[in-house]
Amino acid sequence: MNLLTIAWKSIRQRRLASSLTALSIGLGVMLMVLVLVIFGAVDSAFNQTSVGYDLIVGPKGSDLQLVLSAVYRMQPPIENLPYLFLEQMQKDPRVVSAVPLAFGDVTKEGSFPIVGTTTQYFENEYMPRRKFRIRGSRINGLFDTIIGSEVARENGWDLGSQFTIVHGGADSGHVHDEKFTVVAVLAPTGTANDRTVFLPLDGFYAIAGHGKPVKEIEKRLRDFYAADPERLAAALKQLEGVKAEEAAGSHDHHNHAHATPDAMKEISAILIKTDPDKPYLGVSLMSDLQTGYQAMAANPVRTIQRLMNGLIGNIQKALVALTAIIILVSGVGIFVSIYNSMSDRRREIGIMRALGAQRMHVFGIILAESALLCIGGGLLGWLTGHGIAVVASPWIVTQTGLLINPWALNVWEAVLFPVLVGLAVLVGFLPAMTAYRTNVADALSS
Amino acid sequence: MSLLLESIRKSYREPGGRRLPVLGIERFEMKQGEQVALLGSSGGGKTTLLNIISGILTPDSGRVVVDGRDVAAMQEVVRDHFRAAKIGIVFQTFNLLPAFTALENVLLGMSFSGKGVDKTFAKQLLERVGLGHRLNHSPQQMSVGEQQRVAVARSLANKPVLLLADEPTANVDPANQQLILDLIRDTCRDHNVTLLMVTHSLEVAGTFKRVEKLQDFNRPELCLQEKAA
Repeated sequence: MNLLTIAWKSIRQRRLASSLTALSIGLGVMLMVLVLVIFGAVDSAFNQTSVGYDLIVGPKGSDLQLVLSAVYRMQPPIENLPYLFLEQMQKDPRVVSAVPLAFGDVTKEGSFPIVGTTTQYFENEYMPRRKFRIRGSRINGLFDTIIGSEVARENGWDLGSQFTIVHGGADSGHVHDEKFTVVAVLAPTGTANDRTVFLPLDGFYAIAGHGKPVKEIEKRLRDFYAADPERLAAALKQLEGVKAEEAAGSHDHHNHAHATPDAMKEISAILIKTDPDKPYLGVSLMSDLQTGYQAMAANPVRTIQRLMNGLIGNIQKALVALTAIIILVSGVGIFVSIYNSMSDRRREIGIMRALGAQRMHVFGIILAESALLCIGGGLLGWLTGHGIAVVASPWIVTQTGLLINPWALNVWEAVLFPVLVGLAVLVGFLPAMTAYRTNVADALSS
Repeated sequence: MSLLLESIRKSYREPGGRRLPVLGIERFEMKQGEQVALLGSSGGGKTTLLNIISGILTPDSGRVVVDGRDVAAMQEVVRDHFRAAKIGIVFQTFNLLPAFTALENVLLGMSFSGKGVDKTFAKQLLERVGLGHRLNHSPQQMSVGEQQRVAVARSLANKPVLLLADEPTANVDPANQQLILDLIRDTCRDHNVTLLMVTHSLEVAGTFKRVEKLQDFNRPELCLQEKAA
């Protein structure tokens, strides 16, 4: 019969006290696991695994705002880029794929962002090795839309549903006249796509009020291409026809996009994929944009990691520290439980010593008992935490759009069990020393 | 020679710092397989003597030779191991561990000897004391007589050369007293184990060939004389 078996027998003898102390450790560990699983999901949603693009190109301004608006749709766009710049990017040999995004409006119901884009957006991976799964048909009409899973769930929309949108954000109050139709629904992705309504770029331009006066467009083009007279001249040439029609009063771009030249169009951002085998190409592109046009490229990974480390990372650390304190307090509970039992067990220890157990044997038995309670409770808490994550993950996805990997292991979990062993030694040491020092003759006569 | 006590002195320090002499034994010996009843009054040092023989206590001076080795001269770790391997103890209050079954209590006796746990032999011992059908019962589920029989089986688990029994029938009902006594004595005889049984019962002592009265060979005052000298 080894020391662990003897310790286990002793634990079983004090079932209630042992269960409660192990349970307190288990609850602490369970809380820690849940914090880590949830933060792991948040971290995953905001780091490189969530973005299938290498660069986000947008107007000059805050790179964080650009990423938050283009990838996470949590901010309004900084400003717009000329559509011609998209064509320029698409022709750049360093670029594998350049997908335009145009946004600014929201749905009337639920204020979900409206994003104009091309079919290439759905053909590309939205995350590394993850492609969109789409239920429904292809976009045929200008006002056909593909909606994210969260939009469908929250608004109760499905294929064939029709809706209207609000211009320039939910607070503007101006509802566009156009009726949009849902032709496809995305499967949950755990990204901002779940909360987005997509429509074809041409449809976005066709919405009444999305066009700008030609003079304003001209000014924007002149600012943007100030350092590139050749492209500016080509762009301005496209505007000549429109200007002539406007002067004759026969064309109004405020109300429709019929035969709109590309120079009149604008986009909010461009999602860029470069060759994954040549990461330096992305760096070179970023550098060119810094010095050339009124545009910039942001690396979404670096930008978001900066935000994560500065804000969310600290919250995670605070919560992990809090759960660590809970575990520590539970450890004190184990100490109190074992220490209090020592006076009752003095005779038992005396009997074992009389049967030939050495001081180190009884010391080891008490430490083993502490370790069994700490590690057993910890294991129970760890399994319960991940079990809860398994059970709750479908609900979390539908409620928040956050994709939970219930069995994702965090680096903190790897150190959890060695820490629990350390805690067991710490809280078991004093009772074990009491056992070690027990006077056998006195204990037997007690 | 199975047991030899030579020039044993043992005294306790009282709270006031004064020494209380308990044992002063010039010589006491037992042959291998011999059975001796030791009579003594309460507080006469019987339990201290058994604790010194088993190595639970060390004498202030003198030799305690068991199976040819001086227990008193051993380091504590060696003494603990020697006690587990060579000396069996039957307590007046049985001292079974309540968290363990009858079989586990016997196996526990084997756990610290370094010889390994022999489940088959443990079962045989329990069958020998008539508890083959109670192997998996806890002490609380057993009668007082049954508990003492488990304690007897446990004391023999490591095939000791010396068995120390401290009033083993004092807490047992009269119907079971003779059974327990016969069991201890017969088992010791069968296994050629030397038996030193402390008792205050003349009736029990009367069944032994050799009966010793502690006060006849214990002169605690020797402790004080030697201190004074």
